Amino acid sequence: MTAHETGVITTRVDEVIRWGRKNSLWPLPFGTACCAIEFMGVVSSVFDVSRFGAELVRFSPRQSDMMIVAGTINYKMGPVLRRIYEQMADPKWVISMGACASSGGFYDNYATIQGIDQIIPVDVFIPGCPPRPEAILDAVLKLQAKIDRTPTK
Amino acid sequence: MTETDMADKTGKIELTEEELIHRASQVDETSLEDLDTEPMYVNVGPTHPATHGAFRVFCKLDGERIERAAVEIGYLHRGFEKIVEIKHYTQVIPYTDRLNYCSGLSNNVGYCKAVERMLGVAITPRTEIIRVIICEIQRIMDHMICVGANLVDIGALTNFWYFFNAREKMNNLLEALTGARLTYSYVRIGGLAWDLPEGYEERIKATMKEIPKAIKDVTGLVKRNRIFIDRTKDIGVIGPEEAVNYGFTGPCLRASGVQHDLRKKRPYYHYDEFGFDVPVGENGDTYDRIMVRVEEMWQSLRIVEQALKMLPGGPINIDDKNIMLPPKDDVHNSMEALINHFKLVIEGIKPPPGEIYDASETPNGELGFYIISDGGSHPYRIKCRPPCFYTMNTLKRLIEGHMVADIVAVLGGLNVIAGELDR
Amino acid sequence: MSKNEREQLRPIVDDIKGRLPGAILNEEDSFGDLVLVADRKQSHDVMKQLRAQGFDLLADIAGVDLLKVEHTERFLVVYNLYSIPRDLRVRVKVYVPEDDMNVPSVTDIWQSANWAEREAYDMFGFHFEGHPNLVRILTHRQFEGHALRKDYPVMKGQWASGVSDLMPDMERE
Repeated sequence: MTAHETGVITTRVDEVIRWGRKNSLWPLPFGTACCAIEFMGVVSSVFDVSRFGAELVRFSPRQSDMMIVAGTINYKMGPVLRRIYEQMADPKWVISMGACASSGGFYDNYATIQGIDQIIPVDVFIPGCPPRPEAILDAVLKLQAKIDRTPTK
Repeated sequence: MTETDMADKTGKIELTEEELIHRASQVDETSLEDLDTEPMYVNVGPTHPATHGAFRVFCKLDGERIERAAVEIGYLHRGFEKIVEIKHYTQVIPYTDRLNYCSGLSNNVGYCKAVERMLGVAITPRTEIIRVIICEIQRIMDHMICVGANLVDIGALTNFWYFFNAREKMNNLLEALTGARLTYSYVRIGGLAWDLPEGYEERIKATMKEIPKAIKDVTGLVKRNRIFIDRTKDIGVIGPEEAVNYGFTGPCLRASGVQHDLRKKRPYYHYDEFGFDVPVGENGDTYDRIMVRVEEMWQSLRIVEQALKMLPGGPINIDDKNIMLPPKDDVHNSMEALINHFKLVIEGIKPPPGEIYDASETPNGELGFYIISDGGSHPYRIKCRPPCFYTMNTLKRLIEGHMVADIVAVLGGLNVIAGELDR
Repeated sequence: MSKNEREQLRPIVDDIKGRLPGAILNEEDSFGDLVLVADRKQSHDVMKQLRAQGFDLLADIAGVDLLKVEHTERFLVVYNLYSIPRDLRVRVKVYVPEDDMNVPSVTDIWQSANWAEREAYDMFGFHFEGHPNLVRILTHRQFEGHALRKDYPVMKGQWASGVSDLMPDMERE
């Protein structure tokens, strides 16, 4: 960016846009397996995720901006995941929840993709099998921090 | 009585309900005949708003009504049966956890029961009762998820929160015992991983006291609710002979009117000493499946109460050097125990050669394990018989003729867990 | 299995042996369960007789690859049956050679065999004659080979390039 583009007004506008985006992340739970049950637990009232703005769980890719891949992705599901990711509108982020989505988990065999970052770009990886709800909330906070330090285009 | 007669008597025209409906249904027949409809092909899934894992239903629609459907599964096929062929018998236990992940301990118990039968060992009385208690607690949790998710898909969201709150309490209870939240892996071949902590029986009693309120709340909201009854009565009906022919077991079979429960027919772990009923439905529709599960939750509470009274003292692991790990104190102090521990960890348990099929009554139905052993440390073949594979087989037959919105209602009643369906 | 069960199963097995001579090749006992080894060509008739005798629940169909143990014929199809009214369990094994993997299908006797046989085909490659829709069920349609055979490597994954077309399925099943 040249000197006059990084003026005071545009950085303020930038900050406001980032503040708005990070505090209203609408998740698309791409849940296939056990991690989806833990995600349901996070959305429920005990570990409330709506305190962080991610309350409205939207199952349509056109209406969400954060995809949480919860569960094992196998080779049959791979093309579906890729297509759903491509249907999401920019700006979009991906959280890979659990060991199976991050690296294939302990299913190192013919059926499972060894990590979804082989087909889509991932922003936050959450380890655990399944990760604790507090870990998922921590991941949402880390994603918010990442959005904060990434300049909008 | 014509309209003019009625008008004479009262001064205003009043039609009865039947006459109103008759009037409304009078449409111009010729306009409908000219209506040229083409069938529409719609894909439901593999990602869809219903909270039931990944599967796909390809429908041929005539308006809203489903003419034909094709169901495709396999979107969570993880190769369970291939990967267990390179693991030891004890290392298979975490894999069985992830089969029906809503009630992981029931799967653990089913698998360990099969291997123990193969080894020819009888577990201690205390372990039997503890296994019964945890299986029944898991039954309540599984039914809560199933009924809660089913109601959410129909549109009744509040019940989901009530059930999940109650489930969180039971989850805390099991987390205090096993250390994990969803995939417990607490059961071992020949016993359990460790004994109940001190004061745990009181904790179970206290938690179980809070469950009836949640069940009553939900039942009060839906049982006589007009919308719920309209959406679930006579939807997805299957009769008793057809259900057995399709391989149904568990609550779905009992909802169709067949009195079949492995806990009563072939009792294991003292189930014949507990007093409990087996609820049986009448019509075999979605309403019956939901109500059978709710009633089973009450029966499970009864069993847990009786089992706590029966809980004996004593050891939890059998005294067999070839199967159980020695206590850690001995491992640190004695050479034989160290070598024993080493051999068991490196080589594992070796059941005698042969094959076995053993089934247990999990919350979803009959979970069977067909295990072939060649005498070595790795199982030669483990085939898991999942209850929802056979109920999902009927989905095509159950939804043809109904509307698109009924797919989720029927599916919720069948309690399809993708981890078990695809293994 | 209790003695009572064995006594109840005895007349059933003798009846089938009388009606279909040569169909039941052997009887085994496995940890207390009764296992019948049936001839592959007559397995459909044996199943029909068992169904008529009250075995109304086909619990499971499993395929087995005997490559790593001593064997005469490489593959095995195992049927686990249960009778709800009589509370009896029986298992039927059918040996299948590698060069001729045709097995008569039992979908006309029990509807639960529909998907169970598809899975056995997907994992091992059995060809069930008379099955209405014998296509892959668990792996994707572009998968080559049969995953649970002992000579298929564990780690060998195969990418799929799209979801499959379900129009022919809809008409067939």
